[in-house]
Amino acid sequence: MSITYVNDDGYYPSNEEHPRWEHEGYELVVGLEVHVELATRTKLFSSAPNRFGDEPNTNIDPVTLGLPGALPVLNRQAVELAIRLGLALNCTVQKSTFARKNYFYPDMPKAYQISQYDEPINIDGWLDLPDGFRVGIERGHLEEDTGKSTHVGGAGGRIHGSDYSLIDFNRAGVPLVEIVSRPDIRHPEQAKAYVTELRGILVAVGASDAKMEEGSMRVDANVSVRKPGADFNTRCEIKNVNSVRSLGRAIEYEARRQVLLHEAGEPVTQQTRHWDENDGRTHTLRSKEDADDYRYFLEPDLVVVDPGIEWIEAVRAALPVLPSARRAGLAAITGLAANSEAIMVVTDRGHDSFVVDVAKHGGDASITLKHLQQLPEAAGVPAEDVAKLTTMEASGGLTATQAKQVLADMVDAGGGDAEAIATDKGFEAMGNTELESMVDAAIAAQPDAWEKFCAGEGKAMGALVGAIMKASKGQADGKAVTALLNAKKS
Amino acid sequence: MSDQPTTAVDLARNVRDGVAKAVDIVDGYLARIDERDDEINAFNLVLADQARERAAEIDEMVSLGRDPGPLAGVPVGLKDNLCTRGIPTTCSSKILADWKPPYDATVVTRLRDAGAIFVGKTNLDEFAMGSSTENSAFGPTKNPLDTTRVPGGSSGGSAAAVAANFAAVSFGSDTGGSIRQPAALCGVVGVKPTYGAVSRLGLIAFGSSLDQVGPFAHTVRDAAVALETISGHDPGDSTSIQQGPLDLSPTLDLGVAGLRVGRITDLPKGASPDVEERLEAAFDALREAGAEIVDVEMPAFNYGLTAYYLIAPAEASSNLARFDGVRFGMRTPAPDTNSMYTATRTDGFGTEVKRRIMLGTYALSAGYYDAYYGRAQKVRRLIANDFAAAYAKADVLLTPASPTVAFKLGDKASDPLAMYLCDTYTIPSNLTGDPGMSVPFGIGEHGLPVGVQILAPALKDDVMFRAAATLERHMQNHQDQNVSGS
Repeated sequence: MSITYVNDDGYYPSNEEHPRWEHEGYELVVGLEVHVELATRTKLFSSAPNRFGDEPNTNIDPVTLGLPGALPVLNRQAVELAIRLGLALNCTVQKSTFARKNYFYPDMPKAYQISQYDEPINIDGWLDLPDGFRVGIERGHLEEDTGKSTHVGGAGGRIHGSDYSLIDFNRAGVPLVEIVSRPDIRHPEQAKAYVTELRGILVAVGASDAKMEEGSMRVDANVSVRKPGADFNTRCEIKNVNSVRSLGRAIEYEARRQVLLHEAGEPVTQQTRHWDENDGRTHTLRSKEDADDYRYFLEPDLVVVDPGIEWIEAVRAALPVLPSARRAGLAAITGLAANSEAIMVVTDRGHDSFVVDVAKHGGDASITLKHLQQLPEAAGVPAEDVAKLTTMEASGGLTATQAKQVLADMVDAGGGDAEAIATDKGFEAMGNTELESMVDAAIAAQPDAWEKFCAGEGKAMGALVGAIMKASKGQADGKAVTALLNAKKS
Repeated sequence: MSDQPTTAVDLARNVRDGVAKAVDIVDGYLARIDERDDEINAFNLVLADQARERAAEIDEMVSLGRDPGPLAGVPVGLKDNLCTRGIPTTCSSKILADWKPPYDATVVTRLRDAGAIFVGKTNLDEFAMGSSTENSAFGPTKNPLDTTRVPGGSSGGSAAAVAANFAAVSFGSDTGGSIRQPAALCGVVGVKPTYGAVSRLGLIAFGSSLDQVGPFAHTVRDAAVALETISGHDPGDSTSIQQGPLDLSPTLDLGVAGLRVGRITDLPKGASPDVEERLEAAFDALREAGAEIVDVEMPAFNYGLTAYYLIAPAEASSNLARFDGVRFGMRTPAPDTNSMYTATRTDGFGTEVKRRIMLGTYALSAGYYDAYYGRAQKVRRLIANDFAAAYAKADVLLTPASPTVAFKLGDKASDPLAMYLCDTYTIPSNLTGDPGMSVPFGIGEHGLPVGVQILAPALKDDVMFRAAATLERHMQNHQDQNVSGS
């Protein structure tokens, strides 16, 4: 394979053109830095409101604008939410301090960002992915957000070449926690699962609404590749990843780019790279040599944050059950794997507690789960009504198809007695004799299909089943039909 | 200043008792300002109309039987780095020349609530960086006692305003001696309280871990009342101490009997003989009043200046970064953002401010941090250890406030190091956060006043004031013996 490229931002193969790095004998190494905006009423260091989507420059005050003489006062609620998410990520919550990170940028009001630096509030935690893979968490520290610049005119909304820039300081000073993972991630899918799981945890503990599309959750990926067992290679940091899907694509792309460089004997230089959703590539934003010297030093306007063991333990005691435990709970009562799609989907929607409720009312958990996956609105039906329905379905009193229709009626009516609705609809469990005669009739009507089915052509079964379902007006139990057909074949 | 100025305490008492009208008092002060401030240049801005209006309000309150507060009708000067709502607050810098804050500093609010009347915003070394008030974008302030000399700095305008009786009390900020040194040079009382005793909210920051607001006054008692008024916890300043106002006035008459007064045996040399002589006289006066003089050693004291000139500029380089032309203050237009920053800051800041920004930026830079800023912080701890050891033996320490009496305008303007040495004796207590004050204690060379500095441990401001009051009483009782030198 010969590919021409220039070492930077020239031609690189698309994801389709180039094989995965595994084929080249490389291992992917990814660490993620996730910024989340905390769902506080006010900003990290002032009483200006923390609200998304308001008129520009309305949620501001002297602290937000960094006016001369203004001083920061730490928001207690922000500390509490930071502790909450730290504990949910199995971190040690410790005495912490704030530092100033100095750099000039128009949307950075004081020309320094107040951020935790060498003494962050949360350290040394972990997050387990649904499949059990554990990703270490290095730290989760508090810092303030910047304002938002809009560059008008010129190309691509970049500052370079624009006619003028507008700044909205509503976001400036909004509390953020930056959650830094260890470089434990080895596959783009793990990265995606990490972000999805993290989002679930943040929402569950009420720390953030964690919306990537609104920017309340922002993900940067540190990507490198290496030969398995070798030392870490130089990494690149990928920014501007605005969805979980883009994260996977960006990591894939970047890994391939780096493999190509390694294979060509060219150095990978430490850079910050910008993911371009449109061309599906990463582009150089800045090199390490251009990086600012942030001149960190202890923020003299703030004091040490020492939450104390009592506060920490009170927060821990009030933590809600986390998604992983909720999935495990569903797995236990349904017999499905905790990371099965149905459990993931239903838990993510927050409907797992409904499944548990139905089971408590004597209903069938796995049948409830299946229905909820397809019909989320069913979670609004009284649990006892659903319990009765699933019991009927489990005992063969209703087919899955019939049960689904009864449930849809319950959703519309806000509940109801499953037996009465089924009777109303004329649903009665079809006797085996009746069903068998329908099966025989279908075989007689389509001898060709029957012959092919007997010869092992699975596809032929469809025609037979279809005819039987039609004859039964959809009341036949699909599983029973299949079983009968198979029984007659042998 | 031939006639003895009326004290703030007397002014307020007279106004509260209805014996005097605030409007008349204010008119008297404004007349003196009008007459002489063209020459002195203590004020960047005189608030004549507002002062008269406020005085009328105060008089109205009194006539309605309401108490305007402990500073009722007292004309007050505010250093022009204290934010005043809707009133220009310039830091004597071009970069803020037209800036009007949308809020008042906590100190300003408390003074207004106590009945004080603001007569003007006083001149300072730009952003409080200097020891002579020559680094002002609006011209130097002159010492009212000898207008060929500096009033000290950086709160030179505030010191001169009290010395010239343009204000009964004024307020400054002290980052390395900026209240105590000009107080000494102008012959008035100047106090840097315990760090955290007075809110910094609305004080435009120079060195945030060092800055503290404090009063200038004619008398120790006036200074005590002024400090009581502005001190006490402010939830708007995270470094503000969680306690009520300082309680000073009731202790002023307690004297110093049994108090241990420390003499620092290894104090950096450099004070002129007249200043040394007045310091000795101060030890004698306190001994006479019943204090015990004890020797203490403070080997790290001498390194205060060096540590300070890394820490203060480092903090300043960050504090002054916000003056970037984006949101407020001056902007010099340029084709792109970075050029605009450079042009604005090049035009807007004076030489000394630029020097300190460069110094501080360098001290914090990657590769230099440990050698400079990091080491300076270690020295800071050593100095704190020295003070702790000294205060185990002594209740207060006595040093010169300034190495010399007021020097000539221009004498040190071109020699930053000579200027920095003015603060040798005052800087260490900024590094530790302990209180310090300067009290006039007689006359030195050229017939100019000498200030003695009293230092005390954190939150022992009251003990410091007791010693100050004792020295003041001594001077009142020995009017004829107080002249040394020529």
